[in-house]
Amino acid sequence: MAYDKFNILESTAVPLPIENVDTDQIIPARFLKATERKGFGENLFRDWRYNPDNTPKEHFVLNNPVYSGKILVGGKNFGSGSSREHAAWAVYDYGFRCVVSSFFADIFRNNCLNVGVLPVQVSPEFLQKIFGAIEADPETSFTVSLPEQTFTINTTREQESFAINSYKKDNLLNGFDDIDYLLNLKENIKDFAKDTPL
Amino acid sequence: MSRTLFDKVWDSHVVQKIEDGPDVLFIDRHLVHEVTSPVAFLGLKNRNINVLYPERTFATADHNTPTLNQHLPVQDPLSAKQLEALEQNAKVHNIPYWGLGHEKNGIVHVIGPENGITLPGATIVCGDSHTSTHGAFGAIAFGIGTSEVEMVLASQCIMQPKAKSMRITINGSLNEAVTPKDVALFIISKLTTSGATGYFVEYAGEVFRNMSMEGRMTVCNLSIEMGARGGMIAPDEKTFEYIQGREFAPKGSAWDKAMEYWQTLKTDEDAVFDKEIAFQGDEIEPMITYGTNPGMGVGISKGIPMAESVEGGVATYKKSLAYMDFNEGEDMLGKQIDFVFLGSCTNGRIEDFRAFASLVKGRKKAEHVTAWLVPGSHKVEEAIKAEGILAILNEAGFSLREPGCSACLAMNDDKIPAGKYAVSTSNRNFEGRQGPGARTLLASPLVAAAAAITGKVTDPRELLQTQAV
Repeated sequence: MAYDKFNILESTAVPLPIENVDTDQIIPARFLKATERKGFGENLFRDWRYNPDNTPKEHFVLNNPVYSGKILVGGKNFGSGSSREHAAWAVYDYGFRCVVSSFFADIFRNNCLNVGVLPVQVSPEFLQKIFGAIEADPETSFTVSLPEQTFTINTTREQESFAINSYKKDNLLNGFDDIDYLLNLKENIKDFAKDTPL
Repeated sequence: MSRTLFDKVWDSHVVQKIEDGPDVLFIDRHLVHEVTSPVAFLGLKNRNINVLYPERTFATADHNTPTLNQHLPVQDPLSAKQLEALEQNAKVHNIPYWGLGHEKNGIVHVIGPENGITLPGATIVCGDSHTSTHGAFGAIAFGIGTSEVEMVLASQCIMQPKAKSMRITINGSLNEAVTPKDVALFIISKLTTSGATGYFVEYAGEVFRNMSMEGRMTVCNLSIEMGARGGMIAPDEKTFEYIQGREFAPKGSAWDKAMEYWQTLKTDEDAVFDKEIAFQGDEIEPMITYGTNPGMGVGISKGIPMAESVEGGVATYKKSLAYMDFNEGEDMLGKQIDFVFLGSCTNGRIEDFRAFASLVKGRKKAEHVTAWLVPGSHKVEEAIKAEGILAILNEAGFSLREPGCSACLAMNDDKIPAGKYAVSTSNRNFEGRQGPGARTLLASPLVAAAAAITGKVTDPRELLQTQAV
C-alpha cells in the first residue's frame, strides 16, 4: 500500500500516558468489517473517545481541542495484542505520522512501518520529559528527523536518537513498500520454493 | 556451531539476508481468514498480480461468523460482505476455501493442525496474532499484518528481522486441576505482557513434554500475550503420532523423508539462548485474571495484588481495576459472574470440552449464568457428539453452539453485555474485547466449568474433591 514519504516532521503532539495500550483499544474488533482501507480514523480509540450513545467523552485527549498534532505519544508497551493492521491504519487515517513510546509491541511496530507511520522508541526518562513538556505547554513542538534518526523537544533542544534499520529507513524516506522489493526477487523465490516441499 | 530449534527452522527458510535490514523469509503455509485478507487481495488486484502459490494457501471463515443458524444467510450485512469477499477471492485465486457449513470449517488455528496443514519445521503465517498456536508442532508460526498478508500472497515471503531467542523451562509435575492454560497464564503473570517482546520462545522441560498436543497448542497460542513473536516446542513421538494420516500431511515415502528431517528438529545441547527462564511445575495453581491484560493473573486462591506491589504505572493499574470494578487486595474466589465462554483458538479443542464436561457431569448450571460453549471446528463438534460429551453437557443444562471465534473477540452477535462478568477460556481480557464494557476473567476450562456451576469464581479443586454423583 502506497503511503506518503517520511522525512522531517515538525509538529505538536497528543499525549496518551497510559501503559499497555492494546490494539483492541486503538480499534475495537467490531470496526474490522470493512473490505477496503477507508475511514478507520473515525473509530480510532472508539470506546475511549465516545460514549455508547456516540457522544464524545469530554475527558479523552482526542476530544480536547487543546491537544493536536501529527505525533501520538503513548505509554510503555504501546500496540500490544492483536495483529490487526487496522490499528496502524486508524492511527494513519486520523492524521498521525509518528507514534512515540518507550516500548512497542512487535507486530504493531512492523505494521506501522509497513503503512508509513514512524514508530519512535525513546528511553523511559525521555518519554517522561516529552509528557512533561506537553503538560507544561500543549503548544510545544517536536521535530522528528528520520534522516538524522533524532527526536527533539524544540523548546528545550533536548534530543534523543532512535533506532531503525537502514532498509526500512530507506523505504520510508522514499515511500517504497516491501512488495516492490519482493516482486523483484520473484525468480530467486521460485528457485527456493523448488527445494521446499509443501 | 550449536543451534537452537528456532535457528534451524528460521535459517533454512531465509531466501536472502539484507544487510542492516530484515531477512526475506520463505513461508511454507499461509492461512487466510475473512477479516485481515480483503485489503490484501485488493492490493493484488490493484497491482494486477495473482497469488504465487495457491496450493500453499488455505482459507477459512471464522472471526465474523454466527455461532447459531449457520445454515441461514448471515444477517449482519457487513459480515456477510466480508465473507463473500473471501469466498470470491479464494475462487479467483484457486485457494481452497472452507466456508460456513463446510465440514473442515472452524477457527483457523484449530483446523490447521486438525487437517495436517501444520507440520514440524514449517514456517506458517496468518493475519492473526494467535498463529503462534502452530508452534506446538515445532513450526515457526506467527501473526502478521495485512500488508504482510499481501506480501505472502504475492511472493510467498515476508521481510522480518530474526527475533532473539528465549527458552522457558518448566520441570517437575503439575498439581491437581492445573491445566496448560494455567501454565501459560502463570508464565504471562510472571513475565508481563511485554516480557517476551522481541523474542521467539522455546518451551522446554518435563511439563511441556508431558502435555498432549492440544495442551501444547494452548501454551504456544498464548505466547503472543507476553509479547513474544511466537513460541515453539520441539516435535517428539506425540507430535508425529498426531500428524500421521491427516489429510495434508505427507504420505508414504514423503512421510519417511519428512520424519528423517523432523527428528533433527531440536535445540542442540550446548546451544545458547539470548534469555533463559525457569519455573517449577508445582509452583502453579489454577489461575484467573482480574484486570485488563492477560498479564494481570493470579493463582485463584490469591487476592488481587496491591497497586504498590505491581510493576509498571500505578495509574494504569488503577484504571484497569476501575474498569473491572474490583479493588486491590480483594479475593477473587466468590466473585459473582454472569457469563461463561468455553471456546476460542486457545481452548476450543476436544480436550477442553472433555475437561469442562468432567467437572459439570452430574451437576447443574447455575440458573443466572449464561453459558456459550463454542467448539473450535466442526471436527471438534463431531467429536463432542461422538464421545457422549454433548449428552453430559445437555444433562447439566448447557447447549452447544456452532464453531467460530465467537465471544473471544465479539465480532459477531456473541457479545458480553456492558458491565457483566464473563469467565472466559479465550485469550484476551482487554477492555471491551468481549463486547463494549464487558468484563473478562480469563481462566481454564476447569475454572470456567466451576464458575458455570456455582455462578461465582470457584476453585475447581473444591468441586473435584466432592465429586457429584
